[in-house]
Amino acid sequence: MHVNTANQYLKAIYLVQQQEDGPASTGDVADMLEVSPASANEMIGKLEDQGLLDHEKYKGVNLTDEGIHRAREALQNYCIIERFLAEVLEVEEFRSEAKQLEGVIDETVAERLDTIIDREPQCPDCFDAEDDVCALLELEAEASD
Amino acid sequence: MVAVSLHRPVGSDHQLARLLQIGVVLEEVVEARAEKHAQMTDELDPAVSELLEHASAESADHRRELEALIATLEAETVPFDEIKRLVEAQYEADEEFDGILYDQLCNEETAYKFYDDLIGAIEASETEFSIDRERLLSTLERIREEEAEGAEDVTQLMESRE
Repeated sequence: MHVNTANQYLKAIYLVQQQEDGPASTGDVADMLEVSPASANEMIGKLEDQGLLDHEKYKGVNLTDEGIHRAREALQNYCIIERFLAEVLEVEEFRSEAKQLEGVIDETVAERLDTIIDREPQCPDCFDAEDDVCALLELEAEASD
Repeated sequence: MVAVSLHRPVGSDHQLARLLQIGVVLEEVVEARAEKHAQMTDELDPAVSELLEHASAESADHRRELEALIATLEAETVPFDEIKRLVEAQYEADEEFDGILYDQLCNEETAYKFYDDLIGAIEASETEFSIDRERLLSTLERIREEEAEGAEDVTQLMESRE
């Protein structure tokens, strides 16, 4: 059951590209996912075959429009899980738990969970690439402390 | 930089309990929405009405079965009243019959997908849960089967109305 691995890569590449404001190097993507550069390279090749990114040797990878769309969906999915854990299940460690769960909760399930939470319209642009979390939820968490 | 986690098998009692809690909430959402639809529409087709009642009752059963599993793991669930309130607060009205059936189909399909992924993640895991693995999997597999049957029932009803 590794269907969501591709989404995790797309999400990581999207965030690295945002930080770099340009192509993402395979090394940075591998670092972010804590995988070996060889595994990252292999997966990037697969994603390129699916038309989700363009890989230019020595420069790095750029997501295609379809790749960006998928990456943003994965980010939104994560934001829904984070917010659901915080608002509905009142989980204190909602962030670390969301990271554990995002691979098991797919988009269709997240959409249903989304029907009972109060999510911000700017999502998934609320995502803080540096910390790999939803920035809006952080502000609210601090405000309620 | 914090690493983005990759897809992983269910690794602990805690994580399993959390996933089962999510299952309970999904069932509660189905139950609350089916109840809401049944109340909102005055002249509901008897076949649709019967389907909603069945869906609502079945979700309540599933919820109790999941709660029994969660109890073994010593975790708590969100009370149904609380979820009903949330569904109510965020509810977008759709009184069209097709809308109601479509919503119901989404419910069943989403639940099926959830249990299917959960079963896969448990099977991929080597963790010894404090709950009997066989009981856990057989319960989830039966619920998954009932969700598949539910989706089939809605599809048939939708087709018969075309």
